[in-house]
Amino acid sequence: MTARATLATAARVLRQLRRDHRTLGLILLVPAVLLTLFKYVFDSQEGTFDRIGGPLVGLFPFISMFLVTSIAMLRERTSGTLERLMSMPLAKLDLLLGYALAFALAATCQAGITAAVGFGLLGLDSEGAIWLVVLLAVANAVLGMALGLLLSAFATSEFQAVQFMPAVVIPQILLGGLLVPRGQMAPALEWASDALPLTYAYDALARTTLRGDVDGRLWLDVAVVAGCIAVALALGAATLRRRTP
Amino acid sequence: MDAAEQAVEVRGLRVRRGGNLVLPGIDVDVRAGSVTGLLGPGGSGKTTLMRAVVGVQIVESGRVRVLGDDAGSPALRRRVGYVTQAPSVYADLSVRENLRYFARVVDARRGRVEEAIEVVGLGGHADQIVRTLSGGESSRVSLATALLGEPELLVLDEPTVGLDPVLRRDLWQAFHELADGGVTLLVSSHVMDEAERCDELLLLREGRVVANGTPAAIRERTGSDDLEQAFLALADAP
Repeated sequence: MTARATLATAARVLRQLRRDHRTLGLILLVPAVLLTLFKYVFDSQEGTFDRIGGPLVGLFPFISMFLVTSIAMLRERTSGTLERLMSMPLAKLDLLLGYALAFALAATCQAGITAAVGFGLLGLDSEGAIWLVVLLAVANAVLGMALGLLLSAFATSEFQAVQFMPAVVIPQILLGGLLVPRGQMAPALEWASDALPLTYAYDALARTTLRGDVDGRLWLDVAVVAGCIAVALALGAATLRRRTP
Repeated sequence: MDAAEQAVEVRGLRVRRGGNLVLPGIDVDVRAGSVTGLLGPGGSGKTTLMRAVVGVQIVESGRVRVLGDDAGSPALRRRVGYVTQAPSVYADLSVRENLRYFARVVDARRGRVEEAIEVVGLGGHADQIVRTLSGGESSRVSLATALLGEPELLVLDEPTVGLDPVLRRDLWQAFHELADGGVTLLVSSHVMDEAERCDELLLLREGRVVANGTPAAIRERTGSDDLEQAFLALADAP
Protein backbone atom coordinates (compact mmCIF):
# COMPACT_ATOMS: atom_id res chain seq x y z
CA MET A 1 0.00 0.00 0.00
CA THR A 2 1.10 3.56 -0.60
CA ALA A 3 0.25 6.90 1.00
CA ARG A 4 -0.28 8.24 -2.53
CA ALA A 5 -3.09 5.82 -3.38
CA THR A 6 -4.67 6.01 0.09
CA LEU A 7 -4.76 9.80 0.09
CA ALA A 8 -5.97 9.90 -3.51
CA THR A 9 -8.82 7.59 -2.55
CA ALA A 10 -9.73 9.68 0.49
CA ALA A 11 -9.71 12.84 -1.63
CA ARG A 12 -11.86 11.18 -4.27
CA VAL A 13 -14.45 9.98 -1.71
CA LEU A 14 -14.61 13.46 -0.16
CA ARG A 15 -14.99 15.05 -3.58
CA GLN A 16 -17.94 12.74 -4.33
CA LEU A 17 -19.46 13.65 -0.98
CA ARG A 18 -18.94 17.36 -1.53
CA ARG A 19 -20.52 17.15 -4.96
CA ASP A 20 -23.70 15.75 -3.38
CA HIS A 21 -24.86 18.84 -1.48
CA ARG A 22 -28.02 17.30 -0.13
CA THR A 23 -26.28 14.26 1.36
CA LEU A 24 -23.59 16.46 2.82
CA GLY A 25 -26.18 18.76 4.35
CA LEU A 26 -28.08 15.82 5.81
CA ILE A 27 -24.91 14.31 7.27
CA LEU A 28 -23.83 17.56 8.87
CA LEU A 29 -27.15 18.88 10.16
CA VAL A 30 -29.56 16.00 10.83
CA PRO A 31 -27.84 14.88 14.06
CA ALA A 32 -28.02 18.42 15.49
CA VAL A 33 -31.70 18.68 14.54
CA LEU A 34 -32.45 15.27 16.07
CA LEU A 35 -30.60 16.20 19.23
CA THR A 36 -32.78 19.32 19.51
CA LEU A 37 -35.85 17.14 18.99
CA PHE A 38 -34.69 14.82 21.78
CA LYS A 39 -34.36 17.76 24.12
CA TYR A 40 -37.93 18.96 23.62
CA VAL A 41 -39.49 15.48 23.49
CA PHE A 42 -38.02 14.72 26.90
CA ASP A 43 -38.67 18.23 28.19
CA SER A 44 -41.10 17.05 30.90
CA GLN A 45 -38.84 14.21 32.08
CA GLU A 46 -36.31 15.73 34.37
CA GLY A 47 -32.76 14.57 33.68
CA THR A 48 -33.45 12.25 30.71
CA PHE A 49 -32.00 14.52 28.04
CA ASP A 50 -29.02 15.29 30.28
CA ARG A 51 -28.38 11.54 30.54
CA ILE A 52 -28.76 10.54 26.86
CA GLY A 53 -27.86 13.79 25.08
CA GLY A 54 -24.10 13.68 25.63
CA PRO A 55 -23.66 10.06 24.51
CA LEU A 56 -25.95 10.68 21.51
CA VAL A 57 -23.53 13.32 20.19
CA GLY A 58 -20.99 10.52 19.85
CA LEU A 59 -23.37 7.87 18.54
CA PHE A 60 -24.91 9.72 15.58
CA PRO A 61 -21.75 9.45 13.45
CA PHE A 62 -21.84 5.66 13.84
CA ILE A 63 -25.29 5.55 12.25
CA SER A 64 -24.57 8.07 9.46
CA MET A 65 -21.28 6.56 8.41
CA PHE A 66 -22.67 3.03 8.50
CA LEU A 67 -25.37 4.06 6.04
CA VAL A 68 -23.20 6.21 3.80
CA THR A 69 -20.46 3.59 3.55
CA SER A 70 -22.75 0.67 2.85
CA ILE A 71 -24.35 2.55 -0.05
CA ALA A 72 -21.04 3.97 -1.34
CA MET A 73 -19.36 0.54 -1.33
CA LEU A 74 -22.38 -1.08 -2.91
CA ARG A 75 -22.13 1.50 -5.70
CA GLU A 76 -18.44 0.69 -6.15
CA ARG A 77 -19.37 -2.96 -6.47
CA THR A 78 -22.29 -2.52 -8.87
CA SER A 79 -20.80 0.22 -11.08
CA GLY A 80 -17.70 -1.82 -11.87
CA THR A 81 -15.35 0.71 -10.32
CA LEU A 82 -14.40 -1.77 -7.60
CA GLU A 83 -13.51 -4.37 -10.24
CA ARG A 84 -11.47 -1.74 -12.07
CA LEU A 85 -9.62 -0.76 -8.90
CA MET A 86 -8.98 -4.41 -8.07
CA SER A 87 -7.35 -4.88 -11.48
CA MET A 88 -5.10 -1.87 -10.80
CA PRO A 89 -2.03 -1.56 -8.59
CA LEU A 90 -4.15 -0.54 -5.59
CA ALA A 91 -3.80 -2.39 -2.29
CA LYS A 92 -7.08 -3.32 -0.59
CA LEU A 93 -5.83 -1.42 2.43
CA ASP A 94 -5.46 1.73 0.27
CA LEU A 95 -9.15 1.57 -0.49
CA LEU A 96 -10.22 0.78 3.09
CA LEU A 97 -8.03 3.42 4.69
CA GLY A 98 -8.99 5.94 2.02
CA TYR A 99 -12.64 5.48 2.92
CA ALA A 100 -11.86 5.49 6.65
CA LEU A 101 -9.90 8.73 6.33
CA ALA A 102 -12.57 10.48 4.29
CA PHE A 103 -15.41 9.48 6.58
CA ALA A 104 -13.42 10.19 9.72
CA LEU A 105 -13.01 13.73 8.43
CA ALA A 106 -16.71 14.01 7.62
CA ALA A 107 -17.52 12.62 11.07
CA THR A 108 -15.25 15.18 12.74
CA CYS A 109 -17.27 17.98 11.12
CA GLN A 110 -20.55 16.26 11.95
CA ALA A 111 -19.65 15.61 15.59
CA GLY A 112 -18.20 19.12 15.90
CA ILE A 113 -21.48 20.69 14.79
CA THR A 114 -23.58 18.32 16.93
CA ALA A 115 -21.37 18.96 19.96
CA ALA A 116 -21.53 22.73 19.45
CA VAL A 117 -25.33 22.61 19.28
CA GLY A 118 -25.68 20.13 22.15
CA PHE A 119 -23.17 21.54 24.61
CA GLY A 120 -23.50 25.12 23.42
CA LEU A 121 -27.13 25.80 22.60
CA LEU A 122 -29.08 23.01 24.22
CA GLY A 123 -27.44 23.31 27.60
CA LEU A 124 -25.92 19.83 27.77
CA ASP A 125 -23.11 19.37 30.23
CA SER A 126 -20.13 17.09 29.95
CA GLU A 127 -18.03 16.07 32.92
CA GLY A 128 -15.17 15.11 30.63
CA ALA A 129 -13.56 17.19 27.89
CA ILE A 130 -15.71 17.87 24.84
CA TRP A 131 -12.81 17.19 22.48
CA LEU A 132 -12.78 13.68 23.91
CA VAL A 133 -16.48 13.30 23.03
CA VAL A 134 -15.69 14.39 19.46
CA LEU A 135 -12.74 12.01 19.32
CA LEU A 136 -14.90 9.11 20.50
CA ALA A 137 -17.51 10.16 17.91
CA VAL A 138 -14.86 9.87 15.18
CA ALA A 139 -13.88 6.40 16.42
CA ASN A 140 -17.55 5.41 16.31
CA ALA A 141 -17.83 6.81 12.78
CA VAL A 142 -14.93 4.62 11.68
CA LEU A 143 -16.59 1.64 13.39
CA GLY A 144 -19.82 2.38 11.50
CA MET A 145 -17.85 2.76 8.27
CA ALA A 146 -16.06 -0.57 8.80
CA LEU A 147 -19.31 -2.44 9.54
CA GLY A 148 -21.08 -0.77 6.62
CA LEU A 149 -18.28 -1.77 4.30
CA LEU A 150 -18.42 -5.36 5.50
CA LEU A 151 -22.21 -5.63 5.25
CA SER A 152 -22.32 -4.03 1.80
CA ALA A 153 -20.81 -7.28 0.53
CA PHE A 154 -24.03 -9.06 1.54
CA ALA A 155 -26.35 -6.63 -0.22
CA THR A 156 -27.05 -6.89 -3.93
CA SER A 157 -29.21 -3.77 -4.12
CA GLU A 158 -29.51 -0.42 -2.37
CA PHE A 159 -32.88 -1.56 -0.99
CA GLN A 160 -31.13 -4.37 0.86
CA ALA A 161 -28.29 -2.15 1.98
CA VAL A 162 -30.55 0.38 3.70
CA GLN A 163 -32.39 -2.45 5.46
CA PHE A 164 -29.16 -3.42 7.17
CA MET A 165 -29.34 -0.16 9.07
CA PRO A 166 -32.33 -1.07 11.27
CA ALA A 167 -31.14 -4.69 11.41
CA VAL A 168 -27.63 -3.91 12.59
CA VAL A 169 -27.83 -0.52 14.25
CA ILE A 170 -31.12 -0.45 16.18
CA PRO A 171 -30.50 -3.62 18.24
CA GLN A 172 -27.12 -2.23 19.23
CA ILE A 173 -28.69 1.08 20.31
CA LEU A 174 -31.42 -0.74 22.28
CA LEU A 175 -28.98 -3.08 24.01
CA GLY A 176 -26.08 -0.69 24.43
CA GLY A 177 -27.31 0.93 27.65
CA LEU A 178 -28.39 4.29 26.24
CA LEU A 179 -32.11 3.81 26.81
CA VAL A 180 -32.11 1.31 29.68
CA PRO A 181 -29.12 0.65 31.93
CA ARG A 182 -27.65 -2.72 31.05
CA GLY A 183 -27.92 -3.90 34.67
CA GLN A 184 -31.70 -3.71 34.42
CA MET A 185 -31.89 -6.02 31.39
CA ALA A 186 -32.67 -9.72 31.44
CA PRO A 187 -29.40 -11.70 31.72
CA ALA A 188 -29.66 -13.02 28.16
CA LEU A 189 -29.97 -9.48 26.81
CA GLU A 190 -27.08 -8.30 28.95
CA TRP A 191 -24.90 -11.09 27.56
CA ALA A 192 -25.96 -10.15 24.05
CA SER A 193 -25.06 -6.55 24.78
CA ASP A 194 -21.62 -7.67 26.01
CA ALA A 195 -20.97 -9.04 22.54
CA LEU A 196 -21.94 -5.88 20.62
CA PRO A 197 -19.36 -3.22 19.79
CA LEU A 198 -21.71 -0.27 20.30
CA THR A 199 -22.05 -1.22 23.98
CA TYR A 200 -18.41 -0.27 24.50
CA ALA A 201 -18.77 2.83 22.36
CA TYR A 202 -21.70 3.93 24.53
CA ASP A 203 -19.90 3.06 27.75
CA ALA A 204 -16.92 5.21 26.77
CA LEU A 205 -19.22 8.12 25.93
CA ALA A 206 -21.22 7.75 29.15
CA ARG A 207 -18.03 7.66 31.21
CA THR A 208 -16.78 10.82 29.52
CA THR A 209 -19.94 12.92 29.47
CA LEU A 210 -21.77 11.75 32.60
CA ARG A 211 -19.07 10.79 35.02
CA GLY A 212 -15.85 12.26 33.71
CA ASP A 213 -14.07 8.96 34.49
CA VAL A 214 -11.17 9.26 32.12
CA ASP A 215 -9.46 6.17 33.46
CA GLY A 216 -8.29 2.71 32.48
CA ARG A 217 -11.83 1.46 32.00
CA LEU A 218 -12.47 4.14 29.37
CA TRP A 219 -9.35 3.17 27.45
CA LEU A 220 -10.40 -0.47 27.63
CA ASP A 221 -13.68 0.52 25.94
CA VAL A 222 -11.71 2.40 23.30
CA ALA A 223 -9.47 -0.64 22.81
CA VAL A 224 -12.52 -2.89 22.28
CA VAL A 225 -13.95 -0.44 19.72
CA ALA A 226 -10.56 -0.28 17.97
CA GLY A 227 -10.38 -4.09 17.97
CA CYS A 228 -13.85 -4.30 16.42
CA ILE A 229 -12.82 -1.79 13.75
CA ALA A 230 -9.76 -3.88 12.93
CA VAL A 231 -11.76 -7.12 12.73
CA ALA A 232 -14.52 -5.54 10.61
CA LEU A 233 -11.92 -4.02 8.25
CA ALA A 234 -10.08 -7.33 7.94
CA LEU A 235 -13.33 -9.14 7.16
CA GLY A 236 -14.31 -6.29 4.83
CA ALA A 237 -10.98 -6.63 3.02
CA ALA A 238 -11.71 -10.32 2.55
CA THR A 239 -14.90 -9.40 0.69
CA LEU A 240 -12.93 -7.30 -1.81
CA ARG A 241 -12.07 -9.92 -4.39
CA ARG A 242 -9.53 -9.54 -7.15
CA ARG A 243 -11.12 -12.50 -8.91
CA THR A 244 -14.85 -13.04 -9.16
CA PRO A 245 -17.01 -15.85 -10.60
CA MET B 1 5.55 -20.17 -32.40
CA ASP B 2 8.06 -18.38 -30.27
CA ALA B 3 6.63 -17.76 -26.81
CA ALA B 4 8.30 -14.35 -26.60
CA GLU B 5 6.24 -13.13 -29.55
CA GLN B 6 3.01 -13.88 -27.76
CA ALA B 7 1.61 -11.27 -25.43
CA VAL B 8 -1.11 -13.68 -24.33
CA GLU B 9 -1.02 -17.47 -24.26
CA VAL B 10 -4.13 -19.35 -23.21
CA ARG B 11 -4.04 -23.12 -22.92
CA GLY B 12 -6.93 -25.42 -22.09
CA LEU B 13 -8.92 -22.68 -20.38
CA ARG B 14 -12.14 -23.89 -18.81
CA VAL B 15 -14.46 -21.37 -17.19
CA ARG B 16 -17.87 -21.88 -15.69
CA ARG B 17 -20.07 -18.88 -14.96
CA GLY B 18 -23.39 -19.18 -13.21
CA GLY B 19 -23.40 -22.96 -13.74
CA ASN B 20 -22.77 -22.69 -17.50
CA LEU B 21 -19.58 -23.95 -19.06
CA VAL B 22 -18.77 -20.74 -20.94
CA LEU B 23 -15.29 -21.75 -22.09
CA PRO B 24 -14.95 -25.52 -22.40
CA GLY B 25 -11.14 -25.62 -22.81
CA ILE B 26 -9.88 -22.97 -25.18
CA ASP B 27 -6.43 -22.28 -26.65
CA VAL B 28 -5.69 -18.73 -27.74
CA ASP B 29 -2.58 -16.77 -28.72
CA VAL B 30 -2.35 -13.02 -29.07
CA ARG B 31 0.69 -11.74 -30.93
CA ALA B 32 2.62 -9.00 -29.17
CA GLY B 33 2.19 -5.60 -30.81
CA SER B 34 -0.93 -6.61 -32.72
CA VAL B 35 -4.47 -5.31 -32.71
CA THR B 36 -6.32 -8.56 -32.24
CA GLY B 37 -10.07 -8.56 -32.70
CA LEU B 38 -12.15 -10.93 -30.64
CA LEU B 39 -15.35 -11.44 -32.56
CA GLY B 40 -18.43 -13.43 -31.94
CA PRO B 41 -22.09 -13.14 -31.07
CA GLY B 42 -23.31 -12.24 -27.60
CA GLY B 43 -22.81 -15.15 -25.23
CA SER B 44 -19.92 -16.63 -27.21
CA GLY B 45 -17.51 -16.15 -24.29
CA LYS B 46 -15.67 -12.99 -25.38
CA THR B 47 -16.06 -11.18 -22.09
CA THR B 48 -15.21 -14.28 -20.08
CA LEU B 49 -12.03 -14.83 -22.08
CA MET B 50 -11.04 -11.18 -21.62
CA ARG B 51 -11.73 -11.36 -17.89
CA ALA B 52 -9.51 -14.43 -17.68
CA VAL B 53 -6.72 -12.62 -19.54
CA VAL B 54 -6.96 -9.67 -17.16
CA GLY B 55 -7.04 -12.09 -14.25
CA VAL B 56 -10.32 -11.04 -12.66
CA GLN B 57 -12.14 -14.26 -13.60
CA ILE B 58 -12.16 -17.34 -11.39
CA VAL B 59 -11.23 -20.16 -13.76
CA GLU B 60 -11.85 -23.88 -13.40
CA SER B 61 -8.69 -25.07 -15.10
CA GLY B 62 -6.17 -24.16 -17.74
CA ARG B 63 -3.30 -21.77 -18.00
CA VAL B 64 -3.33 -18.09 -18.93
CA ARG B 65 0.07 -16.44 -19.43
CA VAL B 66 0.21 -12.70 -20.02
CA LEU B 67 3.44 -10.84 -20.88
CA GLY B 68 5.40 -13.74 -19.42
CA ASP B 69 3.53 -13.85 -16.09
CA ASP B 70 0.47 -15.68 -14.86
CA ALA B 71 -2.69 -13.66 -15.56
CA GLY B 72 -3.73 -11.58 -12.59
CA SER B 73 -0.34 -11.60 -10.87
CA PRO B 74 0.36 -8.36 -8.96
CA ALA B 75 3.18 -7.31 -11.30
CA LEU B 76 0.72 -7.30 -14.21
CA ARG B 77 -1.65 -4.81 -12.59
CA ARG B 78 0.59 -2.02 -13.89
CA ARG B 79 1.16 -3.57 -17.29
CA VAL B 80 -2.39 -4.49 -18.30
CA GLY B 81 -5.23 -2.05 -18.91
CA TYR B 82 -8.80 -3.30 -18.92
CA VAL B 83 -11.97 -1.61 -20.07
CA THR B 84 -15.23 -3.36 -19.26
CA GLN B 85 -18.27 -3.13 -21.50
CA ALA B 86 -20.19 -0.96 -19.05
CA PRO B 87 -18.27 2.23 -18.29
CA SER B 88 -16.74 1.75 -14.86
CA VAL B 89 -16.06 5.29 -13.73
CA TYR B 90 -17.57 7.51 -11.05
CA ALA B 91 -20.75 9.02 -12.47
CA ASP B 92 -20.79 11.83 -9.89
CA LEU B 93 -17.32 13.15 -10.76
CA SER B 94 -16.17 15.07 -13.82
CA VAL B 95 -14.15 13.46 -16.59
CA ARG B 96 -10.95 15.10 -15.37
CA GLU B 97 -11.62 14.26 -11.70
CA ASN B 98 -12.10 10.60 -12.60
CA LEU B 99 -8.90 10.51 -14.61
CA ARG B 100 -6.89 12.38 -11.98
CA TYR B 101 -7.92 9.86 -9.35
CA PHE B 102 -7.07 6.80 -11.44
CA ALA B 103 -3.84 8.46 -12.59
CA ARG B 104 -2.72 8.69 -8.98
CA VAL B 105 -3.70 5.08 -8.35
CA VAL B 106 -1.52 3.84 -11.23
CA ASP B 107 1.10 6.53 -10.55
CA ALA B 108 0.88 7.82 -14.12
CA ARG B 109 3.42 10.34 -15.28
CA ARG B 110 2.58 14.04 -15.24
CA GLY B 111 0.52 15.27 -18.17
CA ARG B 112 -0.90 11.83 -18.82
CA VAL B 113 -4.46 12.84 -17.87
CA GLU B 114 -4.63 15.52 -20.57
CA GLU B 115 -3.08 13.17 -23.14
CA ALA B 116 -5.62 10.45 -22.39
CA ILE B 117 -8.48 12.97 -22.68
CA GLU B 118 -7.14 13.98 -26.11
CA VAL B 119 -6.79 10.39 -27.35
CA VAL B 120 -10.45 9.65 -26.69
CA GLY B 121 -11.54 13.07 -28.01
CA LEU B 122 -13.17 14.36 -24.85
CA GLY B 123 -11.29 17.65 -24.70
CA GLY B 124 -14.52 19.64 -24.85
CA HIS B 125 -16.10 17.70 -22.00
CA ALA B 126 -13.21 17.46 -19.55
CA ASP B 127 -15.00 19.30 -16.76
CA GLN B 128 -18.39 17.77 -17.35
CA ILE B 129 -19.87 15.39 -14.76
CA VAL B 130 -19.85 11.87 -16.20
CA ARG B 131 -23.53 11.29 -15.37
CA THR B 132 -24.46 14.04 -17.83
CA LEU B 133 -22.47 12.51 -20.71
CA SER B 134 -23.95 10.25 -23.36
CA GLY B 135 -23.35 6.49 -23.22
CA GLY B 136 -20.65 6.64 -25.89
CA GLU B 137 -18.90 9.51 -24.11
CA SER B 138 -18.92 7.70 -20.76
CA SER B 139 -17.39 4.62 -22.32
CA ARG B 140 -14.64 6.84 -23.74
CA VAL B 141 -13.93 8.11 -20.21
CA SER B 142 -13.60 4.48 -19.19
CA LEU B 143 -11.22 3.88 -22.10
CA ALA B 144 -9.14 6.95 -21.22
CA THR B 145 -8.78 5.58 -17.69
CA ALA B 146 -7.17 2.42 -19.02
CA LEU B 147 -4.66 4.45 -21.06
CA LEU B 148 -3.33 6.39 -18.08
CA GLY B 149 -0.75 3.88 -16.89
CA GLU B 150 0.57 3.32 -20.44
CA PRO B 151 -0.06 -0.43 -20.25
CA GLU B 152 1.70 -2.92 -22.52
CA LEU B 153 -1.50 -4.88 -23.04
CA LEU B 154 -4.91 -3.25 -23.43
CA VAL B 155 -7.97 -5.43 -23.12
CA LEU B 156 -11.01 -3.58 -24.44
CA ASP B 157 -14.48 -5.06 -24.24
CA GLU B 158 -16.64 -3.56 -27.01
CA PRO B 159 -15.07 -0.09 -26.80
CA THR B 160 -16.85 1.34 -29.83
CA VAL B 161 -20.48 0.55 -28.99
CA GLY B 162 -22.70 3.59 -29.43
CA LEU B 163 -20.09 5.73 -31.18
CA ASP B 164 -20.65 7.56 -34.41
CA PRO B 165 -18.65 6.38 -37.45
CA VAL B 166 -16.18 9.28 -37.31
CA LEU B 167 -15.30 8.58 -33.70
CA ARG B 168 -15.07 4.88 -34.35
CA ARG B 169 -12.62 5.49 -37.14
CA ASP B 170 -10.59 7.84 -34.95
CA LEU B 171 -10.49 5.34 -32.10
CA TRP B 172 -9.37 2.51 -34.35
CA GLN B 173 -6.68 4.80 -35.67
CA ALA B 174 -5.63 5.48 -32.08
CA PHE B 175 -5.53 1.72 -31.41
CA HIS B 176 -3.18 1.22 -34.34
CA GLU B 177 -0.97 4.09 -33.23
CA LEU B 178 -0.70 2.42 -29.82
CA ALA B 179 0.12 -0.90 -31.48
CA ASP B 180 2.79 0.81 -33.59
CA GLY B 181 4.31 1.94 -30.30
CA GLY B 182 4.52 -1.69 -29.15
CA VAL B 183 1.25 -2.01 -27.23
CA THR B 184 -0.79 -5.16 -27.73
CA LEU B 185 -4.53 -4.68 -28.00
CA LEU B 186 -7.20 -7.31 -27.56
CA VAL B 187 -10.46 -5.72 -28.68
CA SER B 188 -13.83 -7.42 -28.69
CA SER B 189 -16.68 -6.53 -30.97
CA HIS B 190 -19.83 -8.08 -32.27
CA VAL B 191 -19.82 -5.87 -35.35
CA MET B 192 -18.23 -7.61 -38.28
CA ASP B 193 -17.26 -4.45 -40.12
CA GLU B 194 -14.79 -3.73 -37.34
CA ALA B 195 -13.03 -7.01 -38.07
CA GLU B 196 -11.46 -5.46 -41.14
CA ARG B 197 -9.63 -2.97 -38.94
CA CYS B 198 -7.81 -5.68 -36.96
CA ASP B 199 -4.40 -7.18 -37.66
CA GLU B 200 -5.51 -10.55 -36.36
CA LEU B 201 -8.91 -12.06 -35.70
CA LEU B 202 -10.21 -14.60 -33.28
CA LEU B 203 -13.70 -15.76 -34.11
CA LEU B 204 -15.44 -17.19 -31.12
CA ARG B 205 -18.66 -19.17 -31.05
CA GLU B 206 -20.13 -21.00 -28.07
CA GLY B 207 -16.83 -20.81 -26.23
CA ARG B 208 -14.74 -22.24 -29.05
CA VAL B 209 -12.36 -20.58 -31.49
CA VAL B 210 -13.85 -21.21 -34.92
CA ALA B 211 -11.12 -19.34 -36.76
CA ASN B 212 -8.05 -17.27 -36.22
CA GLY B 213 -5.64 -15.44 -38.48
CA THR B 214 -5.49 -12.22 -40.44
CA PRO B 215 -8.72 -10.97 -42.03
CA ALA B 216 -7.27 -11.75 -45.46
CA ALA B 217 -6.35 -15.30 -44.50
CA ILE B 218 -9.80 -15.96 -43.10
CA ARG B 219 -11.47 -14.61 -46.23
CA GLU B 220 -9.22 -16.74 -48.38
CA ARG B 221 -9.86 -19.88 -46.35
CA THR B 222 -13.59 -19.52 -46.61
CA GLY B 223 -13.59 -18.19 -50.15
CA SER B 224 -15.89 -15.32 -49.23
CA ASP B 225 -15.38 -11.63 -49.85
CA ASP B 226 -16.63 -10.24 -46.62
CA LEU B 227 -16.04 -11.42 -43.11
CA GLU B 228 -19.71 -11.67 -42.25
CA GLN B 229 -20.04 -14.37 -44.92
CA ALA B 230 -16.81 -15.97 -43.76
CA PHE B 231 -18.12 -16.14 -40.23
CA LEU B 232 -21.36 -17.73 -41.39
CA ALA B 233 -19.47 -20.29 -43.45
CA LEU B 234 -17.31 -21.18 -40.45
CA ALA B 235 -20.25 -21.29 -38.06
CA ASP B 236 -22.16 -23.68 -40.31
CA ALA B 237 -19.17 -25.93 -40.87
CA PRO B 238 -19.31 -29.10 -38.77
